[in-house]
Amino acid sequence: MRILVLTKPVPDPAAGSERLGSDLRLDRAASPTVVNGNDEYALEAALQLVEAHGGEVAIMSMAAPNATDTMRKALAMGALRGVLVTDPALAGADIPTTVRVLAAATAKETFDLLLAGLDTSDGTGGAVAAGIAARLGLPLLSAAAAIEPDPAGGTVRVRRLSARGYDLIEAPMPAVVSCTQALGAPRYPSLKGIMAARSREITVLGLGDLEADLSPADGAWATRVIAADPPPARAAGRVISAPAPEAAREIADFLADRRLI
Amino acid sequence: MAPRILVVGEVIDGAMSRLSGETATMARLLAGAAGGSALGLVVDPSPDAAAAELAAYLPRVDAVTALATAGETWAPHALAEIERLATDGVTHVLLGVTADARDLAGLIVGRLGWGLLANADKVTWDGSGPVVEASVLGGKAIVRSSFTGETGVITLRPGAVTAEPAGAPGSVDARAAGGSPAMPVTKVLDRVAEAGAEASLEEARVVVVGGRGIGGPEGFGLVDDLAEVLGGVVGATRASVDAGWIAYARQIGQTGKIVKPALYLGLGVSGAMQHRVGMQSADAIVAVNKDPDAPIGEIADLLVVGDLFDIGPALAAELRARRGG
Repeated sequence: MRILVLTKPVPDPAAGSERLGSDLRLDRAASPTVVNGNDEYALEAALQLVEAHGGEVAIMSMAAPNATDTMRKALAMGALRGVLVTDPALAGADIPTTVRVLAAATAKETFDLLLAGLDTSDGTGGAVAAGIAARLGLPLLSAAAAIEPDPAGGTVRVRRLSARGYDLIEAPMPAVVSCTQALGAPRYPSLKGIMAARSREITVLGLGDLEADLSPADGAWATRVIAADPPPARAAGRVISAPAPEAAREIADFLADRRLI
Repeated sequence: MAPRILVVGEVIDGAMSRLSGETATMARLLAGAAGGSALGLVVDPSPDAAAAELAAYLPRVDAVTALATAGETWAPHALAEIERLATDGVTHVLLGVTADARDLAGLIVGRLGWGLLANADKVTWDGSGPVVEASVLGGKAIVRSSFTGETGVITLRPGAVTAEPAGAPGSVDARAAGGSPAMPVTKVLDRVAEAGAEASLEEARVVVVGGRGIGGPEGFGLVDDLAEVLGGVVGATRASVDAGWIAYARQIGQTGKIVKPALYLGLGVSGAMQHRVGMQSADAIVAVNKDPDAPIGEIADLLVVGDLFDIGPALAAELRARRGG
């Protein structure tokens, strides 16, 4: 099986230092960068699938030129090669542009499954996997909690998280699957993997390398941020320490004051 | 061109979802402010009842009978109807933040190239188009954004507006789905309900959460009990999900659900950044934790320092006593 995983470098949410720059765009220099959490679950699932069925996993990112550092972390987990789509004209790209560019770049690859995180921690729109499926005319299997390809039959089944539990869904491959944490925790790269990742190839593509109508002038994106403000400050809270019955009364009083009971 | 705002209603057990009432209300308010029009769309194997409910909020609702969605995923079929309505003058699509709507939003972006403003907490009309307010970067900033063109997709979080029917109900225009979608379809082989999964965390007024301090799956008995007495829904942190104590569907935070309840009650929740992202905009936050320095204290309105296995049952008893009195 050939599996291509979209891995987006994002500011590390655990570092807590993400911020917007004066241009109201994400200040990517303000935070350490990691592979987006849901994309790591996708990558782990991909690696387990090729361990079971044979084949290879490649990764693709659309990001700034220095994203190769973060991509090496994904290669160290076991992906064999990477593709970085990068172009100065794509800085601050909107969602439709991201979808167009990634659809054009993935169309140059051969794969049975295209995996991506359900959403990214910096953008949170959760539209890119579905958008690419629509552009490429491939079936979409979303919110995966389990992925079971049948390489001989040329189909893939996915356990899709629903509001009620899950749906068991199936489509022919190649297909696009969006991935969740329910797929299972990503592995830590081994020392061997880290060493091997250093020499793995990352192909760099610019807009000129892609066959697509996608050179919107900077600022011509479909959406724009007008203003950004800090969230309203929370009033300082109260801290109490008391025996259980008294603590329980204090909580109940608080809830009654707020008309919550 | 005059704005024409389409609301795509969702159907749960044959009825309109609660969130659809909110998105419909928002669409009507925006259309009023814009001097445009609002209309609804329901795509389902049997759309009529939900479409009639949606028409309480909107002047017109298209009820599209799509028998195929009984055995195929919904979004490609909904997309096909939206593509038809887009050629018919629809300028904006308003969706609730749900799993199906997220897929549909992505398909619209891919097929029509429209911009997307996701996870709106508030939407206004500023004269030329919608202005969408959303919390970003894990709640570190509130941004207001707009579309640069005349079209776009907006997804709306629960609670952005109070659902309010229109003065007079609108008309329902029933028709059959117009053939197969342009997108390849995905078959649904089975739909499996899991115990406790029915209650929607995102729409809950009260959320009671068990964190690592709850100690094990049996600790969720206490969480369940407090949720019941408070009329709330049970949530969890990534730590308690990763430990296998409760289903991932209950997880609140970065890679789980984003909630905005009137009351968040956390038991044994430390308040890691990954969790705070999903709950920090709750109206009131109460936490019980044995560690006085737990980071959740930075955002809690009330932090009770002590043993949750003493305080939790005492609180349940106190609340039951007050309710009885």
